[in-house]
Amino acid sequence: MAMTAMNAAKPEIPKMASDTNSAEIVRIRPGFAATVASAMKSSPKIAGIAAVVIPPLVVTAILLLIWELLCHSPTSSLPAPTKIWSDSRDLIVDPFFVAGSQDIGLGWRVLTSLQRVFYGYGLAAVVGILVGAVIGQSVWVMRGLDPIFQILRTVPPLAWLPISLAAFRDANPSAIFVIFITAIWPIMINTAVGIRNIPQDYRNVARVLRLNHAEFFVKIMLPSAAPYIFTGLRIGIGLSWLAIVAAEMLTGGVGIGFFIWDAWNSSRISDIIVALAYIGIVGFVLDRIVAAIGNTITRGTARN
Amino acid sequence: MSNRHYLHVDGVGMVFDTGKSKFTALVDVNLKVGRGEVISIIGHSGCGKSTLLNIVAGLTPQTSGVLLLENKEVAGPGPDRAVVFQNHSLLPWLSVYDNVRLAVDKVHSRRMDRKQRHDWVLHNLDLVGMSHAIDKRPHEISGGMKQRVGIARGLAMEPKILLMDEPFGALDALTKANLQDTLMDIQQKLGNTVMIITHDVDEAVLLSDKIVMMTNGPSATIGEICEVKLPRPRKRLELASNPEYIRARTAVLSFLYERQRHPKTAA
Repeated sequence: MAMTAMNAAKPEIPKMASDTNSAEIVRIRPGFAATVASAMKSSPKIAGIAAVVIPPLVVTAILLLIWELLCHSPTSSLPAPTKIWSDSRDLIVDPFFVAGSQDIGLGWRVLTSLQRVFYGYGLAAVVGILVGAVIGQSVWVMRGLDPIFQILRTVPPLAWLPISLAAFRDANPSAIFVIFITAIWPIMINTAVGIRNIPQDYRNVARVLRLNHAEFFVKIMLPSAAPYIFTGLRIGIGLSWLAIVAAEMLTGGVGIGFFIWDAWNSSRISDIIVALAYIGIVGFVLDRIVAAIGNTITRGTARN
Repeated sequence: MSNRHYLHVDGVGMVFDTGKSKFTALVDVNLKVGRGEVISIIGHSGCGKSTLLNIVAGLTPQTSGVLLLENKEVAGPGPDRAVVFQNHSLLPWLSVYDNVRLAVDKVHSRRMDRKQRHDWVLHNLDLVGMSHAIDKRPHEISGGMKQRVGIARGLAMEPKILLMDEPFGALDALTKANLQDTLMDIQQKLGNTVMIITHDVDEAVLLSDKIVMMTNGPSATIGEICEVKLPRPRKRLELASNPEYIRARTAVLSFLYERQRHPKTAA
């Protein structure tokens, strides 16, 4: 999850390069381009959608088939797709059923987990950007805090759980704190780097205009560092989702993490696999939401 | 040119302390600029002409000497000494309009209401001929257009002196000529006091009332000042054969290439 976030968060230079390539192809081989264009004209939308949708569907179908063949035997330790469907159909088809206090749809569980992520991550975003801005602005503060941060950020999320349980004496705030402490490092460090990389020219513009600290923060710092900040936010949301599942396994309650642990204890392997699919999809959607917000806000900032 | 002491640079020196060693960039620079004058500062690269502009702008504090603007000492940067930066320095996340608006909002917030500020932004963009592109972002317009917007932003601050740091250095010859004409038109109309850093001899002679020639660094200072007594408006085509133009051009060229041969080219 963290890896995909980092890979995906790279600057979108390759995309621009491929644009120019395609422009060149059009110039070099007009005949070919015309053929493609007329073929696309007949049903451009459908062709476009099919080109995006069909490959993943085909590959998924092939993988499911291989899985089915591998786990087909009754002695197999892991369930095949068909067995998962028969075992956990209720979980797959209806994410939002309520059949008792602990027998609820996975959608509800995911929402509970998301709520914790929302608080922890939101807090991490606000504190991370503010502290990151201070660190980026002041060489002295950076030198003072950097070694501490470099050590703290390598502590695995779950290692924070016992100490936060001791401090908060309650599962829910502890889980939120674990999210906070996991997500804050990439946000803070990326913000600091972004602030440090504000071109001297922009600072000079601000000085000539005599912008005060608040104006400088809002009008120059945030927009200039926005691409870096959103890289941090994107890595942060990935790590948050990573940490919440692990934290909930230990703290119990209603979340999707605890559901997996509970299913393991009751040997409901099919349920675990369905829950994994939910976690993966939700993580993917979270990443895309942050990326989309970032792209909208940083429109034009990176280019000059 | 009535007030000979509009901007007064008095004994300004600049020593950069690089930790181990000290680098003396400027020594004892004395310069007087009258109101409404256009002066250019020319010299080989490394002669400290940009340092001098940064000192006048207040972006780099000088290590000795004083700066007076309208008989008041200046310290630190401010909108009364607007800078047009070499690389335009437009904020890429703001539109052309918003780039100028940011300056106008900050500088004229007390004197103008919203409507007046809006009109003032449009007026200045119109002066530089950029009315057609107010909603474009900097990366969507050409280098010459960006510099036009940079000039509009500078003018919109209504500075006492407009400081231009090699404003047309990165532009092709035709674009450069267009911008020089625009600048001369505007200066003629508004009577701005302008200081231009340049390394282009023709540009210096065409635009300026005075050409300040810098000696080579380190420890650079003003070597000579050449007055250009050409009537305005100046037309570049007619100037080519004008004796005063040729005299001034020869004076600058002989200073730069005979008395102050660049250390690298001399070697």
